[in-house]
Amino acid sequence: MHSGFIIQILLGTLVTLKLAVCAAIFGMIVGLFGASLESIRNPLLRYSAASLIFIIRGLPELLVLFFIYFGATAILSNLFNHYIDISAFVAGVLALGLIFGSYASQVFRGAFLAVDKGQIEAGKALGFKRMQIFTHIQLPQAWRHAIPGLGNLWLVLLKDTAIVTLIGLSDMMNQAKIAASTTHQPFTFYLLAAAIYLIITSISQKIINIFTVRANRYVHA
Amino acid sequence: MINILAYLPQLMSGLSITLILMLASVVTGLALAILMTMASYSDKWLLRKFVDIIVFFIRGTPLLVQIFLIYYGIGQFAFIRDSFLWFILREPMTCAIIALSLNSACYTTILLQGAIASVPKNEVAACEAIGMSKWLAFRRIIFPRAFRLAIPAYSNEVIMILKGTSLASTITLLDLMGMTQQLIGETYATVEFYLAAAVIYLLLNGIISLIFKCLQKKASVYH
Repeated sequence: MHSGFIIQILLGTLVTLKLAVCAAIFGMIVGLFGASLESIRNPLLRYSAASLIFIIRGLPELLVLFFIYFGATAILSNLFNHYIDISAFVAGVLALGLIFGSYASQVFRGAFLAVDKGQIEAGKALGFKRMQIFTHIQLPQAWRHAIPGLGNLWLVLLKDTAIVTLIGLSDMMNQAKIAASTTHQPFTFYLLAAAIYLIITSISQKIINIFTVRANRYVHA
Repeated sequence: MINILAYLPQLMSGLSITLILMLASVVTGLALAILMTMASYSDKWLLRKFVDIIVFFIRGTPLLVQIFLIYYGIGQFAFIRDSFLWFILREPMTCAIIALSLNSACYTTILLQGAIASVPKNEVAACEAIGMSKWLAFRRIIFPRAFRLAIPAYSNEVIMILKGTSLASTITLLDLMGMTQQLIGETYATVEFYLAAAVIYLLLNGIISLIFKCLQKKASVYH
């Protein structure tokens, strides 16, 4: 009876997942960039990075999303004197990625600080170049410390994707809304949406656990 | 460029709704969290499982879905629409408070469980040694101790609630976010009003952090 709606909701799930993955990739880049900006000497750059992170972390996700979707449209249209539209998907990736990134930068900073200085010195002593030290010594070890934090951020991000439906992206939530209002069975369909989110977050949790075990495979207690 | 200050009264009325939502959810959420934490240490298997399931459900689903489930979803059942509960559950305000406080209760339960686990073992052993019952030890020793340990993390939780209140605008409430949206609809001053709302949210954040810094100082006076 409802199979059509259920297929639409499952198709919407793919949109939700695509959005989450894109936002996570963008957010990782933002986070690494933010972490490196916060650790450089130049105080001006450091403080502006830190305050930008502080601002984004303090604002409701909804406000960040609306600001990027509606605000950026207004700013761009004013600048170029004709109406410019950014798609809901792009706005969602930008907003969720920025939020993810501003939290991730703290995770990365902590992770890189947790790598023993002696490791870097050993790399220098062995004649590694700066870049080699980063990719072969710092990154693999920082990764181990970053995984739990990043895993939590991923779970938060998955749940935050629901708000992108409010700017009209046809994600899972939006399909559930359509089904709910057409059939007059809002409880059934929102519960279905909740169940799908639960399944996705549970599977993610399992995968994060596997990653954690894998990243710690050379560590002996 | 329009004069934002002229719209300050409307923004303040939005702010008042946001504050009511936040305070009500913080108080109810904390009370629920304490009950749920106690239930999770109960001897009854069913009670413990019940708490686990609620926490699992709430932490695994978006707040927006929970708000929609309560506000739009509950009305699907005729027996609720016919009962006295409908007077409460048809109001967006109470639905938002229920969703927000349930949400915060579950996250706070996890936080409190962690804090209780990090109460030094010898203090718990001391309670047993002088013959305190389980609940007396909980009330006098473990809980006060755990609260102190949980304060820094709890301040983040309160800020999460503040950020969560903005979702109440999706069920027709004119909180700070809803009011901002409405004013933008009237004036087309998109950027200006979003910036004004952002400043107010950041100020609230600052105030919450300050309050918790004071609490933290008060709580650590014996250390």
